[in-house]
Amino acid sequence: MKPGRFDYVRAGTLAEAHGALSEGGDDARIIAGGQSLVPMLSMRVARPTVLIDIMHLAELAKIEVKENAIRVGAGVRQATLLAWSELANRQPLLAAALPWVGHAQTRSRGTVCGSIAHADPSAEIPLTLLALKGIVELSSQRNRRRVMAEEFFTGLMSTARKDDELIEAVEIPCRAAGVGYAFREFARRHGDFAIVACAAVARKGAVRLAIGGVTDCPIARDFPDIEGDALDDALDRFASDLEAHDDLHATADYRRGLVRRLGQVTVEEARRCRA
Amino acid sequence: MPRLTADARHRVRFELNGRSVEADAEPRMLLTDFLRHDLGMTGTHVGCEHGVCGACTIQIDGVPARACLTLAVQADGAKIRTVEGLAPTSGRLSVLQESFRRHHALQCGFCTAGILMSLDYYLQRHPGPTEAELREYLGGHLCRCTGYAPILAAALDAAGKLRETAADA
Repeated sequence: MKPGRFDYVRAGTLAEAHGALSEGGDDARIIAGGQSLVPMLSMRVARPTVLIDIMHLAELAKIEVKENAIRVGAGVRQATLLAWSELANRQPLLAAALPWVGHAQTRSRGTVCGSIAHADPSAEIPLTLLALKGIVELSSQRNRRRVMAEEFFTGLMSTARKDDELIEAVEIPCRAAGVGYAFREFARRHGDFAIVACAAVARKGAVRLAIGGVTDCPIARDFPDIEGDALDDALDRFASDLEAHDDLHATADYRRGLVRRLGQVTVEEARRCRA
Repeated sequence: MPRLTADARHRVRFELNGRSVEADAEPRMLLTDFLRHDLGMTGTHVGCEHGVCGACTIQIDGVPARACLTLAVQADGAKIRTVEGLAPTSGRLSVLQESFRRHHALQCGFCTAGILMSLDYYLQRHPGPTEAELREYLGGHLCRCTGYAPILAAALDAAGKLRETAADA
């Protein structure tokens, strides 16, 4: 398992990265931490002819708080965000989900935006972004645009990013008063890909539950503030509507069962955290 | 903006176990292969080659990372530490290595280098780890011989010994 051939470009400025990406088209790929991309290269699932390294751009390595959102630049590693002293206070859902992303030995290199670009169906960061209605900031040589998480993830490992665009940052809404957050995951081993992951956001009168690991990309549903049997019924309908797949790790039915049980636990926990 | 072309070998320089090293690599070369084949440092093992097993774990700029998920050219200018850098002097083992020996925390030894590099970092950062914390941390490594119990025992014992040494100092 060795990668095929590619040119390697170490971008010195963001403009250089945009230029190389525009020139390379769909044969070019951005590399940041490489924790998702390098295995794809080694297995030759991805065969770019140019890799553009953006990890030497200081302007992308920033975590900023802007208005009511945390802006995480494309160069910020998962471990760096997890170690950020304000994280749990600014966004408890992100603080709860990040320890589930890979292992400490991969979070040390992997980036937050890289996980979003890769868009694995069971990945925790895309799930959290969707649950919180975050925004992906894309830029290219010609254009800049902001895409809501809901529109960004378009299918199995596919996103709304165009070939000449890179993810410059993501914006994750900060915690709001009177809103509760919870994250739960089931996997065979901590750090493995989730069989089912749940992220819940409970506000007054409404609950949003996002599910990862079941469908081609994370999926969210908004419920009224229901409890007991009404919640069970609503989760049952949600689980039945999901296009779940069988694989080596679990059957589709098993996954739907987890959505019902783990979903309920997650929603109840978020509701308790609302006060 | 440096562009390293696919079909040529390019000079890569970094600090390895406190010493400057350099050799040539194609852009597609993994750091595991660069360390083993070009620098002759075969202590770092290659297992699954997609980041799951942890055998190739080394320290890059002071933190544990998978060498198989890193390109040699990405490591240019970095500070790298491998299992060869653990022993204080030739013929002597580090506290952690000695503890692994005492507890029989390895059988075939294939996973050991990676686990040592992870634990070396972890015990420095967390001098008083609980067994549960160590279990979670070791989740980033696969061992098919030991069943992990002796590895945990060795890690806890080493943590105690390192605390004593730190208190004496």
